[in-house]
Amino acid sequence: MDALFNQLVAGLSLGSVLLLAALGLSLTFGQMGVINMAHGEFMMAGAYTAFMVQGLIADAGIALLLAIPLGFLIGGLMGLILEITLIHRMYHRPLDTLLVTWGVALILQQAARDIFGAPNVDVRAPAWLSGSINIGVVAVPSARMFILVLAVAAVVGLSLLLKTTSLGRRIRGVVQNRDLAETVGISTRSTDRLTFFIGSGLAGIAGVAVTLLGSTGPTLGTNYIVDAFLVVVAGGIGQIKGAVIAAFGLGLLQATFEYSTTASIAKVTVFVVVVVFLQIRPQGIFTVRTRSLA
Amino acid sequence: MSHTVGDGSSSARAEGNACYRRPRGRLFSVVVFMAAAGLVLAGCGSRVGDSGGSSAQSCVDTSGDSVKIGFLNSLSGTMAISENTVHDALALGAEQINASGGVLGKRLEVVREDGASEPTVFAEKATKLIGSDCVAAVFGGWTSASRKAMLPVFEGANSLLFYPVQYEGLEASPNIFYTGATTNQQIIPGLDYLKEKGVKSLFLVGSDYVFPRTANKEIIAYAKANGIEVKGEEYAPLGHTEFATIVNKVKAAGAGAVFNTLNGDSNVAFFKEYRNAGLTPTAMPVMSVSIAEEEVGGIGVDNLVGQLTAWNYYQTIDTPVNNSFVQAFKAKYGQGRVTSDPMEAAYTSLFLWKAMVEKAQSFTTDDVKKAADGVSYEAPEGTVTVNGANHHIAKTALIGKVAPDGLIYTEWSSGAPVQPDPFLESYDWAKGLSG
Repeated sequence: MDALFNQLVAGLSLGSVLLLAALGLSLTFGQMGVINMAHGEFMMAGAYTAFMVQGLIADAGIALLLAIPLGFLIGGLMGLILEITLIHRMYHRPLDTLLVTWGVALILQQAARDIFGAPNVDVRAPAWLSGSINIGVVAVPSARMFILVLAVAAVVGLSLLLKTTSLGRRIRGVVQNRDLAETVGISTRSTDRLTFFIGSGLAGIAGVAVTLLGSTGPTLGTNYIVDAFLVVVAGGIGQIKGAVIAAFGLGLLQATFEYSTTASIAKVTVFVVVVVFLQIRPQGIFTVRTRSLA
Repeated sequence: MSHTVGDGSSSARAEGNACYRRPRGRLFSVVVFMAAAGLVLAGCGSRVGDSGGSSAQSCVDTSGDSVKIGFLNSLSGTMAISENTVHDALALGAEQINASGGVLGKRLEVVREDGASEPTVFAEKATKLIGSDCVAAVFGGWTSASRKAMLPVFEGANSLLFYPVQYEGLEASPNIFYTGATTNQQIIPGLDYLKEKGVKSLFLVGSDYVFPRTANKEIIAYAKANGIEVKGEEYAPLGHTEFATIVNKVKAAGAGAVFNTLNGDSNVAFFKEYRNAGLTPTAMPVMSVSIAEEEVGGIGVDNLVGQLTAWNYYQTIDTPVNNSFVQAFKAKYGQGRVTSDPMEAAYTSLFLWKAMVEKAQSFTTDDVKKAADGVSYEAPEGTVTVNGANHHIAKTALIGKVAPDGLIYTEWSSGAPVQPDPFLESYDWAKGLSG
């Protein structure tokens, strides 16, 4: 019974990590249709931000909390620069975007190697995040609890932004019908830029969060990018709630399979499940019905 | 010392320059794409080279006052993080040898090649080093995959490779000298130590590839023969960062110790998870075989303090030879740098080759091989001696403990050098493993 609860926690926790990594992508890929292979490198930038902040502020706890908004800003700004210089030139050429952003990802990885050195760096977890919290019979590692809370906060924040603010309405308007949005006076250019900024910023936050779990190195992003795309594709293009369900679903699946088999088999099984699912439902769990004619 | 830069990288750079001379603006995206493509091509070349036509006739030129040797390490790609350190140690060794008069009075001229973390590139560059650079010997390689890719090249051309990393054993090429540990000099002493400490059960965690799977086969055979129970065996794909489930399994099994053959980044995630789950080195120590001084910083000292490692060298070994090696290394590369087992094994391999050549009074492969048996060198790790039969070296096994200063201190030593036994022929329990 303990094992069951432990695995439930492991699955939810893995889901929250996947969700954080995929949330920004569900905006830029899901809503804007940009295949951004450098999304993982924005995570890496967030992770190195956490490392840098820790170098400046001795208290690991304050440094971490400060790194979250800073990671958002750094990731967002890098995304903004990428959007302005490259991506906006190829909104209708998804294949080119894929190659270009992959190139950018390689350049960013090498840049990180040149700036911070090839070896991994250590981001210390604050004292209040090492160890675990006991909930009933299950001991939940505090760091994982923190990431779960952070992921939920990010989802709630993003949903509120999309549903209640005028920026959110503009974003949804542009996604549903770009031409019509333009005719009613929405600047699609600035909306695109802002959406990309937010999506990339979320990657930065994810990067800060995963320093609590794994290594901080130049290739950090590559560990997450495939899973993040998997979540967005399975969840359905253009839907936050799809990403949420897909992330937790895949997390629980992976944890369950991994407990009964091995990590490698679990990974393969999850891929197979997603492929089969997409055969039955190519549009993912949810889909946006747009009013555009195209 | 002259460094010859590889064809691949220099042409890629020229192409990059040409790109940047183009007008900016609309073509900018094309430029970046081409730069990216250049990178990819430089990184992923998979041509195995035209080694087929090369004859066993050596073209090594020893008539002048210098002799060429090759350093073949991954200076780019995923393995660069580890192999750069080996390259640094080799460069230091070559510099010191040249400063003290070279080998047989000839200055070493180093030809540097990038294996790019790709086994096929290693084979290709090895062919180039032997065939067109005419080097007397090559030093390098890290992953077993890179070694296995280079093996036919060195055997075909009858040239020499010095391989400096601990590996899974069960190999003995007449053209390779293995200066890292084979299993009976690292893994078996690690197990002996745990047994001596009264450990009754083990949990095995490893990355999912050849080294951990082979090592664990040997560990299971050892455990069976020594009355130790193996409570579980888990493998994670290389680069795996999600260890909640595996740590849950480890915790539930409640073994006396964990034997860890994870490689690379996975170690970071594993040890963070291990500590967060409340597992401690006193309750359930982890014995690792791929975490050296270089990796401790990246994993985080806090996550590792008190955990065990099995190697043949630590920076903290307090001998005059090691102190001067560490000092020279820090003087050349910076006070913040550390020295580790593979680096020391690479450094030592260069001096062993020098000793073999001097004993043979010749740079020819066959003469060096003939002279190899019994060649000994006072290495930073202690005295090492070449075994002419299997081309491995006798070296002392050391179990270490990670200290809060990030260094590893010797906890237990085999006392004397352990004779290399790559096929574990001297162990009854290992019968049938090498088949």
